[in-house]
Amino acid sequence: MNAPLLAAPAADSGLEWGALWLTLELAAITTALLLLVGTPIAWWLARTRARVKPIIEALVALPLVLPPTVLGFYFLLLANPDAPLGRFWLEVTGDTLTFSFAGLVVASIVYSAPFMIQPLQTAFASIGRGPLEAATMLRASPLDAFFTVALPHAARGYLTATVLTFAHTVGEFGVVLMIGGNIPGETRVISIALYEAVETLDYASAHAMAALLLVFSFVVLAIVYTADRRFARRVANP
Amino acid sequence: MSELHVELRGALGDFRLDVSESLPAAGITAIFGPSGAGKSTLLRGIAGLAPDLHGRIVFREQCWLDSERGIYVPPHRRGVGFVFQDARLFAFRSVLGNLRYALRRAPPGPGLGVDDVVSALDLGSLLKRATGELSGGERQRVAIARALLARPRLLLMDEPFSANDVSRRNELLPYVRALAERFDVPVLYVSHAVEEVAYLADRMVVLRRGVVHARGAVDEVLERLGGDLPDGPFEAGVLLHGMVRDHDDRYCLTSVAVGAQTLVVPRLEVPVGAAVRLRVRARDVSIAAVAPVGLSIRNVLPAEVIAVAADIEGPYAELTLLAGNMRLRARITRAALDDLAVATGSTVHALIKSVTIE
Repeated sequence: MNAPLLAAPAADSGLEWGALWLTLELAAITTALLLLVGTPIAWWLARTRARVKPIIEALVALPLVLPPTVLGFYFLLLANPDAPLGRFWLEVTGDTLTFSFAGLVVASIVYSAPFMIQPLQTAFASIGRGPLEAATMLRASPLDAFFTVALPHAARGYLTATVLTFAHTVGEFGVVLMIGGNIPGETRVISIALYEAVETLDYASAHAMAALLLVFSFVVLAIVYTADRRFARRVANP
Repeated sequence: MSELHVELRGALGDFRLDVSESLPAAGITAIFGPSGAGKSTLLRGIAGLAPDLHGRIVFREQCWLDSERGIYVPPHRRGVGFVFQDARLFAFRSVLGNLRYALRRAPPGPGLGVDDVVSALDLGSLLKRATGELSGGERQRVAIARALLARPRLLLMDEPFSANDVSRRNELLPYVRALAERFDVPVLYVSHAVEEVAYLADRMVVLRRGVVHARGAVDEVLERLGGDLPDGPFEAGVLLHGMVRDHDDRYCLTSVAVGAQTLVVPRLEVPVGAAVRLRVRARDVSIAAVAPVGLSIRNVLPAEVIAVAADIEGPYAELTLLAGNMRLRARITRAALDDLAVATGSTVHALIKSVTIE
């Protein structure tokens, strides 16, 4: 890990556009994949009466309380080309899962899962059985009822979940450091670039990137809360 | 034979349901009983929304459920319409959007356009509205229209007007009665209000603590059960089917023919020849041993006492009378019974103080 750290092209000052772009790409891909993976899990959690439900809920919430380094450490072990997951990945893609962008995506999905699944689960649960039963009694199949009734009802949940997942992935640091290292264009995301700037006493760059992340996070949250309020008003009094 | 056969059993918490009924799949059948009797559970079972219940359901020779043979038709394939107590309109769609939702999923077939249903339920002025702006009664009318537009083969209604006050309910009930005839869909109507049942239904099933307590034609069951109805809001009496014979404009009265007899009631705003249902409560019927004179009561009919039920521990006795072919019930004190020396077979005059139009 030391080699790429030293070899990293330290920007003279200010923003590193490559790292910024990579960060946004990682966040966008992670969010898109989590939307697909998280929806069925959240739906199941919101409706199941199975005994394993609390166990699954605990697993989903785990990344909230675990230090990212713990997650990163285990992922490193699993993704190693000698371990089953890592070997499988190497055989299928011809590339290692560690120190690669793909590895970052997989780890980010796990790491950001609670930010997607929990709001969706709450949104699905709050629909209650009423509207879905009503759709069923109008001859809508379960899948039809999901898309035409559950999804529109859960729209606010999707807004919250999408934005939180995206923003949280943008802010990811510990996991990336553990499994991705600092390969420009591959795993060097903006939080890593910021870390390195501070380490090398390049405070001008650090200021630029820190301020950008701060403003970005604030603007995103402000947009969510504004949209959420508009949305609430539209549903109450369309 | 076109019918609905339902055998449903199951425990939900402390409550057990055990029902086995065959109902003709036509007209309006009321499921009647106090709250907690299992009416809604039965309805949900028929719709397929209560997977904890097992048994057998056959509708028009089509099996929806047979737990022994492992048959279970999922609710959306049963072709059942359901009007819920709480309307359950889709909040993110307009009134028209709600109706279209049903229309798009209806099986192809003739008739029953949006216009028919919209006009039958007077929804014309509401179509553009958001569901959040509707009053309780309007919501239920939209819910009924929506259910009909999915072209159900059986319509289930679970106390649809229980959240409305009495006067609003009286405005809504005629819609339901008209629909069952006009759109030719059999209706199961859950209610705990005897007035609703008497007004709407042809037949009724009385549920009590999860089992069927009585069944049959509404007037027979109501008469038979009398004061013995499960939750007691009902008063003993009879339900009469009559036809408007003429109106007396001078005194604002209407004569209604009931069999060979005629009852005079305050003017009804319905045309001559229209069918009406009248209810005569036992406490509104007095008897006189001889033809009374100088009396303000207009409806006095000679009648024969065909049954006497005296409550030894209470003050009252209930008589069943036959005036021509019209049955009446009268509630008098036991003291009066003894004074007048009335017994089964006595000929008396029934004095009807008031008649309710259902």
